[in-house]
Amino acid sequence: MTVNAKGMFVDTTLCTGCKACQVACKQWNELPMEDEAAVRGHTAFTGDSYDNTGRLSATNWRHVKFVEQISEDRADARWLMMSDSCKHCEQAGCLEVCPTGALYRTQYGSVDIHQDVCIGCRYCVGACPFGVIEYNGRTGRVNKCILCQDRLEAGEGTACAKSCPTASLTYGKVDDLKAIAAARVKELHAQGKTDAYVYGWDLGNKGVITQGPNKGQAVADMEVVGGLNVFYLLLDKPSVYGLPSAPQLPQRNMAPSAGVALISAAVLGVTGLAAFRRRRMESASAARSS
Amino acid sequence: MFQMDLQNSDWVVFMGSNMAECHPVGFKWPMKAKAKGATLIHVDPRFTRTSAMCDLYVPIRAGTDITFLGGLISYILENKKYFLEYMINYTNAPYLINAGFKDTEDNDGFFSGYNAQTRSYDTATWQYQRGPAPARVPEAPPGPQGQSVKGLNFAALIANRLPGVPLEDRSLQNPSTVFQILRKHYARYTPEMVERICGTPKDLFLKVAQTITDNSNRERTGAFVYAVGWTQHTTGVQLIRTAGMIQALLGNTGRPGGGIMALRGHASIQGSTDIATLYHSLPGYLATQDARKNHDTLRDYILTETQPTSFWSNTPAYAISQLKAWFGDAGTADNDYLYDSLPKITGDHSHMPVFVEMMDGKIKGMILTGQNPATSLNSQFQRKAMQNLEWLVVLDFYETESAAFWKDVAGADPTKVKTEVWFMPAAHVAEKDGSMTQTQRTLQWHDKAADPPGQARSDLYFWYTLGKKIKARYANSTNKRDLAIKNMTLNYDPDPADVAQWKAKDEPSAFKVLREINGYDVKTGNILNSFANLLSDGSTASGSWIYTGALQLVSGQVVNRARMTPGKNDGWVSPNWGWAWPGNRHNLYNRASADPDGEPWSARKKYTYWDGVARTWKNDAGDGIDFALTKAPSTAASPTGIGIAFHSGRDPFLLKTDGKAWLFAPTGLVDGPLPTHYEPWESPVKNALYKQDRNPVAKFFDVPGNKYNEFAGTQFPLAVTTYRLTEHHLSGTMTRWLPWLAELMPDLFVEMPPELAAEKDVKNGDFVTVTTERGSVEARALVTRRLRPFTIDGKKVYQIGMPWHWGYMGIATGDVVNNVTSLVGDPNVSIHEGKAFTADIRKGRARR
Repeated sequence: MTVNAKGMFVDTTLCTGCKACQVACKQWNELPMEDEAAVRGHTAFTGDSYDNTGRLSATNWRHVKFVEQISEDRADARWLMMSDSCKHCEQAGCLEVCPTGALYRTQYGSVDIHQDVCIGCRYCVGACPFGVIEYNGRTGRVNKCILCQDRLEAGEGTACAKSCPTASLTYGKVDDLKAIAAARVKELHAQGKTDAYVYGWDLGNKGVITQGPNKGQAVADMEVVGGLNVFYLLLDKPSVYGLPSAPQLPQRNMAPSAGVALISAAVLGVTGLAAFRRRRMESASAARSS
Repeated sequence: MFQMDLQNSDWVVFMGSNMAECHPVGFKWPMKAKAKGATLIHVDPRFTRTSAMCDLYVPIRAGTDITFLGGLISYILENKKYFLEYMINYTNAPYLINAGFKDTEDNDGFFSGYNAQTRSYDTATWQYQRGPAPARVPEAPPGPQGQSVKGLNFAALIANRLPGVPLEDRSLQNPSTVFQILRKHYARYTPEMVERICGTPKDLFLKVAQTITDNSNRERTGAFVYAVGWTQHTTGVQLIRTAGMIQALLGNTGRPGGGIMALRGHASIQGSTDIATLYHSLPGYLATQDARKNHDTLRDYILTETQPTSFWSNTPAYAISQLKAWFGDAGTADNDYLYDSLPKITGDHSHMPVFVEMMDGKIKGMILTGQNPATSLNSQFQRKAMQNLEWLVVLDFYETESAAFWKDVAGADPTKVKTEVWFMPAAHVAEKDGSMTQTQRTLQWHDKAADPPGQARSDLYFWYTLGKKIKARYANSTNKRDLAIKNMTLNYDPDPADVAQWKAKDEPSAFKVLREINGYDVKTGNILNSFANLLSDGSTASGSWIYTGALQLVSGQVVNRARMTPGKNDGWVSPNWGWAWPGNRHNLYNRASADPDGEPWSARKKYTYWDGVARTWKNDAGDGIDFALTKAPSTAASPTGIGIAFHSGRDPFLLKTDGKAWLFAPTGLVDGPLPTHYEPWESPVKNALYKQDRNPVAKFFDVPGNKYNEFAGTQFPLAVTTYRLTEHHLSGTMTRWLPWLAELMPDLFVEMPPELAAEKDVKNGDFVTVTTERGSVEARALVTRRLRPFTIDGKKVYQIGMPWHWGYMGIATGDVVNNVTSLVGDPNVSIHEGKAFTADIRKGRARR
């Protein structure tokens, strides 16, 4: 993984669903309402628990999910909440397919977008296994969480983590965050909450779901696409939170479907692209440090 | 208690509060307690975001909390789970009550002293049995000038009004002891009765009872956290008192991690009660001059309001210092500090009766600031009443529903409304200097960060300018009654440096206002550091005694403690972060954190304790000592001493007339000395405990436009509760205009259980209409198992819930939920009953 990568640990057991992170994100990044006409025209109400923004998008870089798990007799009741965003994957599908290098790996290990280099081709939209990145029709470019690159450069953490009242979102060095996550899972297991496990890195935890429709099923830490710099502590299967259980980068499917004869050409091409991008990144970071 | 102290709790019961949603920032403290192993419990009509964070969710039918809490009292008493040493020494459990007292259990739901004609209680039989009062000294007749306070010896007059010492039975066997009266009163509040009335499964109730009693002792403490879910009932005050009684029995008051956390509604609502937006209370909780009481002269006012045997014995100093703050040099002992020129209240001028009078055309004009009555209780009634005004001034950030009450969008006919409306754009909090006093009595200063847009100005500018203009109009008046107006001290002009960087150069100095509230020595002008410095001879001035000390004099310089830098690490109490009244004391009555001899109850719960060598009380956490600093635990009570000298060194509750926590309240409440279960004014069921269904002295308004639903009738069978969401604030004035918040909760909805939805053929997201006798509200259905059907006294009762943030102005608009509520409220404090009423629901949009 990236050395000294910065990221966030999302402890869903501490999330109160207050959405302060969503508002802080929009405020810092100066993002507009998703659809003012819908709000004024009374078509924005979703009826999906307390979630009225629905998904991550070009203007919603952060999104809190609400999952009500209450049995018919109400004896087994929990309300799962999770603040979601770009995961800043170690193997970032968006970055790998970007033909112009608009998407680039920052010095913090996060994935940022050079808005002036983006040509709006939308390859990245299909390449993201989490459905994070979206084409913005107003600007003709793509948008997503950029881990508050400008704040990080100023020595600050992310706006969302700063606003989180219960430390459900913690910003820091990914290595430190992994240690926090490992300790937290251990603590929860000791309290009998054996559901807890980590999504994004394999820290070796194994558990059993104690509540909800998946009660009794096994869960275990999972490393996802080479590791997620924004990673999660979950209490139920990933799909419950709308996360893929075994996410794949679409480009991984390219080799078997193509002819053997094409392999070497493809390798050459990818290598060339990678070299091209590496040069761009070097010049970008050189420009920044000068 | 204060929010940071919740991290020390071993259990927290959230009840009448949705803390995670409505106080999300403070919620980190109970979360810290949880991480340390505390049990968090949420007792609520709905499974909310708070429930999601708790170890235990306990459902309850709205408005039945006294039964639940009374059940806990009964459990504590019958299973001997009380903290005996604390209860015997620090509460009035051993005191004997008048032999004529009759309990609701023996009197069909009434206490003794009820007068059916006046719908009120005579409290004579609720009093303590007492020994003989000290001998009375003949008092000099009032002087030739009337009853001037000049040269009066208040101490002697107060001493002459001392009562006898209360009689007690420390064996607790006498049937007239508070302890035995309590046992009898709550004997029928069993777990079975709790299930029958509240709909709470018996085993869940017992789990709560066991958790809080197992974890309340020398080593462990716990807290109740409430908000307006407890307040806004016809039994609101009694409801909160029930929790106070539990904490007194369990020994959780005045101790770290223990007590009751009262969560106030917005940033400075505590400040607005401290500094008197209530009609019957002056700054510092002094009584407003009242024509119905013996308040004829200043002497009468002071002697009527001074409690001889509590800390309130200092009332003469606080009242006279307040008049000095108002009138400066013009107020002297010779003219009774201009007391005679003050107007007196003549009746109930609280919110609901004022709007009833407005409907009757008795009120000509109104100035609204920080208030949106067009969305308030029975809002159609209030909007209609406003049409009778000749003029209306609204100071706000946006054109609120109240400012637009005359428009067709409000359901009015603009061609018929004659009211002249002025809208004054107001500066937002960040656009002005000032102080806020938040939920835990902590005063915080905030500096202006930006100029307000356009012509918007601070509220202070408005009121200051208005005051000066009125004063100028009366400058030549020779009427004695105008002396108060002519002599108001209005000296808050800014110093040039205060306004140098800002657009408006005539913004008054909020700091100068706070300085006057804090108080100063009249001769030297020096600020005062403590209310102990206030005197009754006119030599000190203070707008509000409880705020004296908010500013501190340090090496000749005025230091505003509220300006001290947040983040300075001074321990978990954080005494330098803001300033908590009184005297920077965060945990009130904290002498109770030590045993009668002054030793900590345990090392784990050490807080305030007596240092026998230094002969002083100490608090290592840095909290202020809420007790006489050098009064030793061994100090005996003096039957002839006034104020806290009447109490011993073992009596922590210095604002009570006996120094004790009151399990039984002989005075102060108009609806009974003990909390009793009455159904909400509108309830789907009858009272299972008493023939008397509802609070017999509740404030109701039998006027056109305020018809109540039939009690326990069939037309409106649903129990309803209303509430707030994290995403919006109050009537939405600060949030529904803000795009980022508007989109998070765009539309009004009704939460309903799927079982009810199936009966009504309603699907999630459908339009539904909620109706009462007052009107209807259209909303979207949010069908969720977070709500449930109840079985109440063998009958199936559905409960629905509605957040009330919406109105017809702003970006996110929707029906005003208070269209369906009514004007009815608590008899003690006039708060409305918005948290429990009845309604019906049907599929489809409202027909209008």
